[in-house]
Parts: sequence; C-alpha cells; structure tokens
Amino acid sequence: MRHWPRAVLAAALASFLALASAADAAQPPPGASSCSGCHGTVPNGTPIPVLRGRPAHDIAGLMREFRSGARPATVMGSIAKGFNDRDIDAISQWVVGQGQ
Amino acid sequence: MRKHLSARRRTLLKLTAAAALAPTVVRAQGAAKVVVVGGGFGGAVCARTLKTMAPAIGVTLVEPNKTYTACPFSNEVIAGLRELKQQEFSYEAIARNGVTVAATTATAVDSAAKIVTLGDGSKLSYDRLVIAPGIDLDWKALPGYDEAAAEKMPHAWKAGPQTALLRRQLEAMEDGGVVVISVPAAPYRCPPAPYERASQIAWYLKAKKPRSKVLLLDAKDSFSQQRLFQAAWTKLYPGMIEWVPLSQGGNVTSVDPATRTFNTDFDKHKADVANVVPPQKAAAIAQTAGVADRTGWCPVSSIAFESELQPSIHVLGDAALMGAMPKAAFSANAQGKACAAAIVDLLAGRTPAEPRLVSACYNLAAPDYGFSIVGVYRPEKGQFLEVPGAGGTSPIDGDSALRAQEARYAEAGFRVLTAETFG
Repeated sequence: MRHWPRAVLAAALASFLALASAADAAQPPPGASSCSGCHGTVPNGTPIPVLRGRPAHDIAGLMREFRSGARPATVMGSIAKGFNDRDIDAISQWVVGQGQ
Repeated sequence: MRKHLSARRRTLLKLTAAAALAPTVVRAQGAAKVVVVGGGFGGAVCARTLKTMAPAIGVTLVEPNKTYTACPFSNEVIAGLRELKQQEFSYEAIARNGVTVAATTATAVDSAAKIVTLGDGSKLSYDRLVIAPGIDLDWKALPGYDEAAAEKMPHAWKAGPQTALLRRQLEAMEDGGVVVISVPAAPYRCPPAPYERASQIAWYLKAKKPRSKVLLLDAKDSFSQQRLFQAAWTKLYPGMIEWVPLSQGGNVTSVDPATRTFNTDFDKHKADVANVVPPQKAAAIAQTAGVADRTGWCPVSSIAFESELQPSIHVLGDAALMGAMPKAAFSANAQGKACAAAIVDLLAGRTPAEPRLVSACYNLAAPDYGFSIVGVYRPEKGQFLEVPGAGGTSPIDGDSALRAQEARYAEAGFRVLTAETFG
C-alpha cells in the first residue's frame, strides 16, 4: 500500500477541518446577498416586501415578470435583467430561506 | 492524474471525517480570526455576516466611534427634515451577535506577520484582514481648504458635527443669500449626493428664504442622473439652482475661508453659505497598511475584494477601487456581505464563487420626489463592470405618483439597510 506523505495528510486534515468549520455557512448564490439591502427579513411596515418565507417559485415568477417588463416596477426590472433563469431560480431558493 | 489524485483525496477526506469529531472541529473553528477595520456600511455588515455564516470564526470589529453617523439621508438633516439623532446607530447589536468590538483605531498593519496594531498599543493577529475605513478628506488638495477652513466653509461630507454646522449656517442666512456648493472631480463618495444636497437646500430655501439661490461649481461636465435632477429643479425650484460645469469655469482652484470665496479659473464667487465638497482619498489606515496606490485609493481583485498590493487583506467600500460600482452605502453593504461569503470560502480552502453585486441608490429632490439608479455588476477583466442590458435610472417622464412612491421606497430602503448593517 502506498503511503501518503505526512505533509499531504496534514494538508488534507487541515482542509477538512477548515471545511467543517464553515459547514454551517449557507453560501448565497451570486447576487442573492444583495437582496437584503432593501428587502428586510421581518415585516417593519415598509412598502418593500419581505421575501423570507414566501414560496420560491413565486419569487422566481415575479423576477421573470419584472425582467420581461410584464410587471411594472421601479427598480426591479433593471435589476432582474442582470440575471438569467438559472440565477433567478437559485436566488429565489436562497432568499426565501435567508436567516433560517 | 489530477482527477485520480483528487478522488484519492476525497476518500481520504471521508476517512478523516469519520475520525475527526466535534471537539477537534471546535478547536479548528476557534483558530480562524478575522479583523475588520472600520464599522461603516461595508465593514459592519461584513463582520455581522461573517459571524452569522460561520459563528466559530473569531471576528473583531475595530471602530473608534461609539455610534455610527450615517451619510444617506444626512442631506435631509441639512434641510431640517430630519434630526442628526436619526442618523446615529450603535454597535451594541453587532456585539450581541458575537463580534468583538474594539472601540479604538487601527494604527498599523504588518501584513507579513498578519498583525494589526491598535490605538491602545495592543496587537491583534488575523488570518484575514478586512479594511473598510471609508474616506479621508484630502486637506492638501484644494488650496485654502484645511480643517480650520471647514469650520467656516463646512464640507458636511462625513455626517456628524459638520452636518449640523451646515444646517445652522443655512438657518442663520438671510433671505436673498447665495449658497455655493463646490464639487470635486471623480472619484468621490456618493456621486449624486452634491446634487441631491443642492435640491434639499433649495427645498428649505423655497419654504423659508425664497429669494435665495444655490450655485453648484462643478469640476465635471456631467453628473449622475443629471436629466432627472435638472427636470426636478425646473419643476420644483425654477430659477433657484444654477449649475456651472467644468467647461463653463466650474472648477474651483482655491478657496478663501475668511471671505467665504470660491476662486475658479476665471472668476470669484462669494458665498453667504459655503459648502466645500473637497477631494478625497482612502482613509489613513489604508495608506498606512500599504493597500492604497498612487491614486490614493485601493485596487482590489473583483472576486474576493483582496488587495492587489498586500496578501490576506480585503478592502471594501468607499476606500476601494471597485470599477463601475459607485462609492455609496448600498454598494459597500453589498460588497461587505459578498466579502464575508468569500472569506468563509477562503478559510475553508475553497475558491470563492464569482460575485454578482447590485447597487441601488435613491435620491430625494424633495420629501415626496424620489428617483433612483440601479446597477448589476460582475467581474470583467479584473474589475467590476455593469452587466450589459441591466441597470438604469427612473424614467425621465415619471409622474408625481411614481416620484412619491420612490421617495417612500428610499425611506424604506434606508431603514432596511441600516437594520441589516447595525441591527
């Protein structure tokens, strides 16, 4: 049996431990962490809706309507145009569960 | 070969996983240390997000001020529409999140030894350092304008006592006075803010001192959301705001605080209230740490905001060169969260994903008259560039209902942004 050099073993162990240390981190897909700059996670009486807890497919559907212009918007049309369908689905999945 | 090795390595990782139980993991977690210098919209949210994403990382936020005074909406304070108190946010919630708040300055960085020296002489070691100190006003860039001159001709470009001073001067001005605002060449903190400020001051003057005027002396020939601002000025404040661009002699070459005079290439403008927005650079610690280049700003990679000049240091917000992204609170907040995610990846030995960032910026030309500019950014040739086809401004022909709606969104956005950043 081939023996792994000690350095390789140590590096593997270190990288595993580092991975484990961040295991609780839910990495947002690209673009998703910007949403919470405007959309709060708890209702606070503002006109900008909370996304957390809503069905992901609703958010994705709204984003597609903003992007196509089918749904009028102030800023969301311009923002949604920066994302493709795969981005939108990933972001929608993430934001509805954010902070949980 | 490479594939084979990585497969072997994965097997090894699984074996290691079985052997390494919780106590070992906890010890490893405790080892990772991140120091964040600067508790503004970028630094504070980066510290909070790190702690939320990976609670075991030791996070220290170095910030000398007990409260943060926010710049967004501070133009409304100048116009008497808000109180400075409403701009103030404490670091208590961030401390409750488990971030260690060191209420002192950072005075030196040894990037080779990975040590930050604090104002009280103590030293902090780090695995990753985040520098998010914002701007310093460049007191040497405009002849006649220094810290003493700012008491006569306030800048009000860092919210706080200067904001209150400019407001008092406006309140003390007699009807028929001239308010002069000088605007530097780009880059500077918050590109549209001088023009929002001119609008807010005109709102106050129209109500209280209607014979007065606002004169903008600009070192540029165009500005952010120019058509929207100019349409608002025509509609709301006809004849009250005059904008002098660079090509018409707007560039201010020196000031005389004793007489509140702005000197341009061909002219002198004496003000009753003088607001100098001076040239700026990344704050002192960025210069000290060696992360700023000859421009005075900090070049960073567009993947994890890592300094291009020093290893293991990330630079965020107004201090950094972020390509097409504006120097603004919302941008810094978006960068802070993305940087936290990237640091978690880097500490775990993973390559951070390419970020996509959104910037949203509202301007209020009057309390019920708002408009916005948004951009979506991604790394392109080493810097953040706008995603083609996305982004844009409010429509130029928007009706008053739309402007009122965007004014409400602006206020709501500020509440959410500050709550996310400071708790």
